[in-house]
Amino acid sequence: MRTIYFDNNATTKVAEEVLEEIKPYFCELYGNPSSMHTFGGQVGIKIREAREKIAVLLGCEPAEIIFTGCGTESDNAAIRGTLAAYPDKRKVITTRVEHPAVLSVCRDLENHGYTVVEIPVDRKGRLNIEQLAEQLTEDTAIVTVMYANNETGTIFPVEKIAEMTANKGIVFHTDAVQAVGKIPLNLSKSTIDLLSISGHKLHAPKGVGILYVRKGTRLAPFMLGGHQEAGRRAGTENVPGIIGLGRACELAMQNFSEENKKVRQLRDKLEKSILEKCPDCMVNGDPENRLPNTSNISFEFIEGEAILLMLDKFGICASSGSACTSGSLEPSHVLRAMGVPFTAAHGSIRFSLSRYNTEQDVDYTIEKIPEIVNKLRKLSPFVPK
Amino acid sequence: MWEYTDKVKDHFFNPHNVGEIENPDGVGEVGSLACGDALRLTFKLDKNGRIAEAKFKTFGCASAIATSSVLTEIIKGMTLEEAAKVTNKDIADYLGGLPEQKMHCSVMGREALEAAIENYHTGGKKKHELEGKVVCNCFGVTENEIERVIRENDLTTVEQVTNYCKAGGGCGGCKGEIEKIIERIQGDKAGQVTETQPRWAGRLTNIQKIQMIQQTINEQIRPALRADGGDIELIDVDGDKVIVALRGMCAKCAIADITMKDLVEAKLREFVSSELYVEEIKNTAGDQRK
Repeated sequence: MRTIYFDNNATTKVAEEVLEEIKPYFCELYGNPSSMHTFGGQVGIKIREAREKIAVLLGCEPAEIIFTGCGTESDNAAIRGTLAAYPDKRKVITTRVEHPAVLSVCRDLENHGYTVVEIPVDRKGRLNIEQLAEQLTEDTAIVTVMYANNETGTIFPVEKIAEMTANKGIVFHTDAVQAVGKIPLNLSKSTIDLLSISGHKLHAPKGVGILYVRKGTRLAPFMLGGHQEAGRRAGTENVPGIIGLGRACELAMQNFSEENKKVRQLRDKLEKSILEKCPDCMVNGDPENRLPNTSNISFEFIEGEAILLMLDKFGICASSGSACTSGSLEPSHVLRAMGVPFTAAHGSIRFSLSRYNTEQDVDYTIEKIPEIVNKLRKLSPFVPK
Repeated sequence: MWEYTDKVKDHFFNPHNVGEIENPDGVGEVGSLACGDALRLTFKLDKNGRIAEAKFKTFGCASAIATSSVLTEIIKGMTLEEAAKVTNKDIADYLGGLPEQKMHCSVMGREALEAAIENYHTGGKKKHELEGKVVCNCFGVTENEIERVIRENDLTTVEQVTNYCKAGGGCGGCKGEIEKIIERIQGDKAGQVTETQPRWAGRLTNIQKIQMIQQTINEQIRPALRADGGDIELIDVDGDKVIVALRGMCAKCAIADITMKDLVEAKLREFVSSELYVEEIKNTAGDQRK
């Protein structure tokens, strides 16, 4: 059966070009980049090149890039590393819709005597900037706000927030895991201090991430050991991962506008057709400021896990904000923070596309969705007669 | 991804007895949209008093739909006395088992069946109603219901209770209470699993007291406040005086005094020391402590 992959906010396919690039670094060029001999040293050069390619995509200097093991590590390191560098500041500001990689860290800090302020969002998932501004007190060590939300695709005004924090001398971190590679970024023109990236969200392999640290930003080292990554993140480099990520950034750079246009068209077609063909559906998030690849749709009266399983039978991969899919009993904290009613949150499905999706993928899904929704609604006691 | 048995998948993709019987002899309803699953069960008896026909409508995940479907199969042909003896375990076993976190679906089936039988006998309520004290406010689960799943399924941990009837799965503020119910019913068995702090005898050292206050706030108080969009911060402990600040919704709340007295003080007295009293500091955004 054909797989139709609409779950690219969860993870993406490794690009064929990336795989080709990293193949030699397992059995042939397996040297340690820190070694003194040429055999290892040549790998060190490749890592430097990868760092340079990534710097081009981000519009930053290569020395501002720290390689990590994943986006979650980057988030943890940014927040904890900042607090360790400012021991007298005890306040952290974040939002109610962050990824758990940020939110769980903040909630843990709260248990250790830090004051954590979570800024709310409105019905469309937009941040209350005035409220955030009011909270920027002298005691604040770090503000961490995601670039774009993973569930709804809503893009936050992080550049504006970064200006506000810069004026007050507060460190600003953004989890840009969902944004990098999907929307253009130029850190040389920005006042963002720390930015997290995950390789596998932009067609690089899993197991590699980046923490961008603006030159001059105070950050405590977060893995002690050797001298790798300027001593901030010790440990032998994930060579294939880093080289793959370099290539993936290069590819993202090359195809940015064209691919974004294509992905957006496919997403819009999928979304529009579903809304037309299925009554009692609605889109979650801010249609004005949204990633081009993400669509989050709530289907009233039916439950997300059931929809996913039916889609799965047709080889269609998506995800849901329903409680049943997470293993918890509460539906998506993002949708709940937005004030999406329980019923719509339980029946929410996220479709996230990539450049590898085709028109046929979309057409096939458009054909199957009404069938699935009707079948489940026949079972539901809540459908009005 | 959940690992469902083939039988669960089969009943999900091809559910039996979907719909609603017209003029049924019994109707049972359980759950709600807010809870994430709901079931409406109807049945009709034949002239020998056996269930001739049973139908369901369900809102919920694959296992909720599958358990509803097999429930209608199981009870067909039973007398109401026999049907009343069906347990959630019978339903789960019929499906070849359910993932532990999905056991509450089987409990929902049993509850709907009970409500339908009661509706037949009394003609009265058809909704599975709450009897006794509500322990879990998030999912509206009563002490009776929690006791029952513990007994019928021999549960010994809070996590299991959450899996079976959802209690404790929301804000988590009632976990301490669920622990006590388990302890009461399972006695020695539960002794090895409860992780609550021992009730301290005699005097606490200052460090012990402060640590226990912080722990109680983290585990017993904050989750409940969070559920209402609020938060609490421990500022200081001075002898038996516990100084706290309320944040978010709680700080602006008109009934904040009641929240304070009722919740914070009661919990601290229960879990740490009966001597404690609480004082609230207003308008500290953390800035005063520089």
